[in-house]
Amino acid sequence: MSDHLKLRIKFQKTGAIRYIGHLDVMRFFQKCLRRAEIDVCYTTGFSPHQILTFAAPLSVGLESYGEYMDVEVHSATNSADIVQRLNDASVPEIKIVSAKLLPEWAENAMASVAAARYFVTFVEDRIPNIFKADDDSIREALLAFLSKDSIPYVKESKKGTREVDLRPGIFELSWNNEEKGLEMLLDASSGENIKPSQVLNAFLGQWNESLIDNSLCITRLDVYTRNSPSEEGQAGDLLSMDDVGKEFSF
Amino acid sequence: MKHDHLALSNDILMQIEKPARYIGREYNSVTKDLSEVDVRFAMCFPDVYEIGMSHLGIQILYDMFNGMDGVWCERVYSPWLDLDAIMRREQIPLFALESQDPIKDFDFLGITIQYEMCYTNILQVLDLAQIPLLSKDRGNDVPIVIGGGPCTYNPEPIADFFDLFYIGEGETRYAELIALYRQHKKAGFDRQKFLREASHIPGMYVPSLYEVSYKEDGTLKAFTPLYDDVPATILKEVEMDLSNTYYPMKPLVPYVKITQDRVVLEIQRGCIRGCRFCQAGQLYRPVRERDLEKLKEYAVTMLKNTGHEELTLSSLSSSDYSHLPELIDYLIDECNKKHVNISLPSLRIDAFSLDVMSKVQDVKKSSLTFAPEAGSQRLRNVINKGLTEEIILKGAHLAFEGGWTRVKLYFMLGQPTETEEDIRGIAELCNKIAAEFFDTVPKEKRVNGRVQIVASTSFFVPKPFTPFQWAPQCTKEQFVEKAYITRKCISEQLNQKSIKYNWHEADASVMEGVLARGDRRLNEVILKVYQKGCFYDAWSEYYKHQVWLDTIAECGLTPEFYTSRPRSLDEIFPWDFIDAGVTKEFLKREWLKAQNETISENCKLKCQGCGAARFGGGICFEERSADHE
Repeated sequence: MSDHLKLRIKFQKTGAIRYIGHLDVMRFFQKCLRRAEIDVCYTTGFSPHQILTFAAPLSVGLESYGEYMDVEVHSATNSADIVQRLNDASVPEIKIVSAKLLPEWAENAMASVAAARYFVTFVEDRIPNIFKADDDSIREALLAFLSKDSIPYVKESKKGTREVDLRPGIFELSWNNEEKGLEMLLDASSGENIKPSQVLNAFLGQWNESLIDNSLCITRLDVYTRNSPSEEGQAGDLLSMDDVGKEFSF
Repeated sequence: MKHDHLALSNDILMQIEKPARYIGREYNSVTKDLSEVDVRFAMCFPDVYEIGMSHLGIQILYDMFNGMDGVWCERVYSPWLDLDAIMRREQIPLFALESQDPIKDFDFLGITIQYEMCYTNILQVLDLAQIPLLSKDRGNDVPIVIGGGPCTYNPEPIADFFDLFYIGEGETRYAELIALYRQHKKAGFDRQKFLREASHIPGMYVPSLYEVSYKEDGTLKAFTPLYDDVPATILKEVEMDLSNTYYPMKPLVPYVKITQDRVVLEIQRGCIRGCRFCQAGQLYRPVRERDLEKLKEYAVTMLKNTGHEELTLSSLSSSDYSHLPELIDYLIDECNKKHVNISLPSLRIDAFSLDVMSKVQDVKKSSLTFAPEAGSQRLRNVINKGLTEEIILKGAHLAFEGGWTRVKLYFMLGQPTETEEDIRGIAELCNKIAAEFFDTVPKEKRVNGRVQIVASTSFFVPKPFTPFQWAPQCTKEQFVEKAYITRKCISEQLNQKSIKYNWHEADASVMEGVLARGDRRLNEVILKVYQKGCFYDAWSEYYKHQVWLDTIAECGLTPEFYTSRPRSLDEIFPWDFIDAGVTKEFLKREWLKAQNETISENCKLKCQGCGAARFGGGICFEERSADHE
C-alpha cells in the first residue's frame, strides 16, 4: 500500500445548510476529517494544512446531491468505513455518500470539472409566463431555443461585462412534466461555467422577460469530468466524478 | 420537515450578509424534544455572531443548562444591521438559533454583559424580541430577563432593563433559580412574587426591589431594599472547585469563521498580580487553578470532539499557573501528533516562554508582546504593574537572540498621577528595546536589517471594584493631548524609524467611563440614545458620540460627573451594595499606596488581605513561596 492515497468523497448538501458558503463548507470538512480521525496528509511547517481540494464551488442557496472533494491520506480502511466515520462526525444536512480510491493518474477534483447537472423549479408566484403554459408548449419552446446556432449572453462579473455564447455549454435542457421543473446539463469547467439562471434569463429574454429575484429552487444533481478522449482533438465523454475512482478495501 | 424550519425566508437569507449567522445547526449544537422540556432558556451575547460565539462563558453555561433535565438552552446574538432593518420592517420577532422559535415565548432570556459599549445592543435584542424594554412593563407571559458577566458588577446604568442580575460565576446558582421558577410556574406564575423570592437566592439582584436616593451634589445618599426580606448587599457567587464543575467537552463548532475559532482551555480563574487599573484582577479573586490532569484530558477530548486545528490557553496570566511547563510539554506533544497549532497568550517573556514559543510558532513571522502599561518605573509602581525595565530589556535581549525581530508593546495613557515625563518614558522604553536589538544582533545576522517595534496606547477608564475607582478620568482633550505627546516623543527618538505608534479614539473611552461608573439615572440616557437609532456602539464605525453627548445633556446630566470628577473616600458608589469579595477598605488602601508610588506584592508572595479569603479556598490557602517574582 502506497504512502499517499487519493480519495474522492461524494457528499450531499441539503436543507438549511444551503446557506453555508463554499469556504465555510471547506472549513467544515477540515474539522470533520479531524473528528472522523481520517489519516489525512498534511503539509509541513508551522501551520500544517490538509491536502484537500474541492470540485466546483456551490453557490449559497443551492442544494446538491453530488458534491466532491479529494483528500490525500496516508492510510485508509475501506469505503464503507470512511463513509460511516465521516457521517458520524457530520451534521444531518451534510451527508457523505461515497468514498472512492482514485487511480494515480486522476486529475484533482477542481481541475477536472467539466459539467454539472441541475434540477430547477420555480417558486410559487414567481413562475415566468412561458412556464405557465402547457407541457407541450414549454417543450417546444425549449427545443426551438436549443436549435439555435448561438445564444449570446452578457455575463456580468466584478471585473465588468463580457458577451459569451451559451449554446456550446448547454449539453442538455429538458422539461420534466411530473415535477414541473427543468433538467439541465451545463458546462461547469473553470472559465466556461454556466449557471442555470443564465440559461433561463437567455431563454426568457426571447420574450423580453427575465427572472424575478430568488425565483428558482436549484438542486445540483451531480458534477462530471471527461473521459480521456479516444482521438486527438475530440472531447471525451462526460463521466460522473463519482465514477473515476473505485470502492476499496485494504 | 421540522428540521428544515427557518425563522427567516429564503428571500431574506439570500439578501443578507452571512446568512449562516442565523440558521443554527452548528456541529455540537443541542436540540431537544419539546415534549421533554419545561424550561426554555435563551442565552444571548449582545453583539454580532462571530464575537458572541467566541465567548467561553456562554459555551460553559450552554453545556451546563443543556445537561439539566427538562431545560433547553439555545443561543441568540445581535442581528447585524442589514437583518436588523429587515426584522423591524417586517416585524419578525427575534428567534433562537436552535429551534428558530421566537425568544418572546421562552421562559428566560439570559444576557451576558462583557463591555459597557454593548448596552444599546441589549435594547436592540429586547426590542427585536418584542419584549418590553423596561422591566416594569413586562407581564407574566414575558421571559424573565436576567443579566450576568463583568459589567453586572455595576448593573445600575442598565437596572431598568433587567428583571434580575446574577452577580458572579454562573456555575453555582442556576439550578436553584430554575427549581424556584418551576415551583412558581406550577403554582400559577406571578412575576413579582417570583422575583421577590428569587432575591433570596445568593447572588441574585432584583433591581426593582431597591430604592435609590441622591444628595444635592448628585452622588448617592442611600441605596436601600424596599422590604426587610430583600438582602441589602449581594455577595458575588464563586465556583470554588474549578476542577470538578462544568466544562464543555463538546463545544459548538460554527460554520463561519469566528474571532476565537479554536479549542479554549481555561487553566485558571483570577490573577495574583493585583494591577490597580485592572477590574478582572479584582473581580475573579481568589485565584483558583484547574487540575493539571483534568486539563490534559479536556484538551484531548475537546480536540477530538470539535476537530479544531488550534488550541489556546485562557487565563488572565498564564505564566502564573503552577503546572504550566508540564501542561505545555504535554500539549505540544499532543498537538504535534494531531497537526494542531497552539497559541499561548498572556505569557511573560522569559527564557522559558521563549523556548516554548520557538517550538510552537515561526519565530521569523511572529511577534512578541509586552504589556508594561506605563512608560516609567514610577508610574508602573503607581499602577502596581510588577514589570521592570530590566525584565523587559532582558526579555527583549533573549528574544532577539532567539531570532525574533518584532515586538509589540501595550501602554495605557491617562492613569492616575501620569506626567509628561511618564509619557516620555514610553518613547524611551521603545527606543531602548530597539537599541537592545542593534546591540544583540550583529549586522550580518539582521534578517530584514531592522527591528519592528509597535507601541499601542489605549486610554485608561477607571472601573468599579478597582483601587482606581476613586480616580478622575481624563477628559477627551487630555487624552488627545497625551496621545500627541506620545507621538512627538517617539518621533524624537534615535531609533524612531523602528517604532510604529498606534492609538485609539478618545470619544468612546469617555462614554465607556460614563457607563462604567454610572448610576440609575443613565437608564434614561441609554434608552433615549437607543431610540434615536444608536446601537453597535462598540463598533467605532457606528458609534455616534454627539448623539450620546446631546442625550446626556437632555437628561440633565453631564459626562464629567461620571468621569473627571474627583471622588471623596467616603462617597457612596452606585455599586457599593455588591460585595465582590474584595473589601472597600482594601481598595482604599491600594488607592492610597498608589498615590505614594508603593507597590503591593502579588498573592503568591504575600497576602494583602483583600478579603477574598472568605471564600475559603484557592491561592489564599496555599503556601507562599519567596521565589515567585
